[in-house]
Amino acid sequence: MKTRIYVTLKNGVLDPQGKAIHHALEGLGFSGVEEVRQGKFIEIEHADGVTDADLEAMCRKLLANTVIENYRIERG
Amino acid sequence: MKSAVIVFPGSNCDRDLAVAIEEVTGRAPTMLWHRETALPEGTDLIAVPGGFSYGDYLRSGAMAARSPVMQAVAKAAERGVPVLGVCNGFQVLTEAGLLPGALMRNAGLNFVCRPVALTVENSQSIFTNRYDAGELITIPVAHHDGNYTADAETLDRIEGEGRVAFRYAEAVNGSARNIAGIVNQAGNVLGMMPHPERMIGPEHGGADGRKLFEGLLEAVA
Repeated sequence: MKTRIYVTLKNGVLDPQGKAIHHALEGLGFSGVEEVRQGKFIEIEHADGVTDADLEAMCRKLLANTVIENYRIERG
Repeated sequence: MKSAVIVFPGSNCDRDLAVAIEEVTGRAPTMLWHRETALPEGTDLIAVPGGFSYGDYLRSGAMAARSPVMQAVAKAAERGVPVLGVCNGFQVLTEAGLLPGALMRNAGLNFVCRPVALTVENSQSIFTNRYDAGELITIPVAHHDGNYTADAETLDRIEGEGRVAFRYAEAVNGSARNIAGIVNQAGNVLGMMPHPERMIGPEHGGADGRKLFEGLLEAVA
């Protein structure tokens, strides 16, 4: 079973990397880009018995730093 | 003073820290590998060094903060044992929840490696008692992720409680309120991005970091 986890910066947390990507896109001539926020995508291959609560705990304890990041779990 | 320097795979300032501690305290620290589960009996200073523990995988300090030795460090910190985290050590301490906030990528995205001017904000802590409040000192930084971040409420609280130990006196990395180092509520855990161990004598170009170790020695003795 495969679960996808998206880790993104919380609203209000400045994202200097996203800003740099935004500038680079503009530098390449892409217009109309209003904001870029970057984050992480983590794929976990796991047994069927791994519960939603287990996945939540993985995010809270390690995969995301909840001081600055949100996470979203897409169970496979 | 009986001290321990924690060593993670990828630490690279552990020896610098050990040299500084030995030079000031007269006693070499125990170098403690991250897989250890206990600190040497009677340890009265724990130092978490700079470097790139676990290659900064996932987030700077994230993996190190979950390594076995950190449970012993957290317990000791709770008992009041002084813990000094420098650079990656600061990142590890925030990731471990021993200090509030987080250290993000520098605002300019560059790795910043140069001596910087700092203001000593709090001269009452066990780490800063040898400095004067408001004193301007120069200590080198060398980091990519030193941009201190916390929510406004947390920032107000740590400022209100006098827990900002050092502030940058110049633009360095985009840190919230120019914070370069903070202590925990009990005052026995300090995390700072600048490297005091790289400024302990004339051969380093200055000795502004030396007083931190001297102050600790006095506080612990």
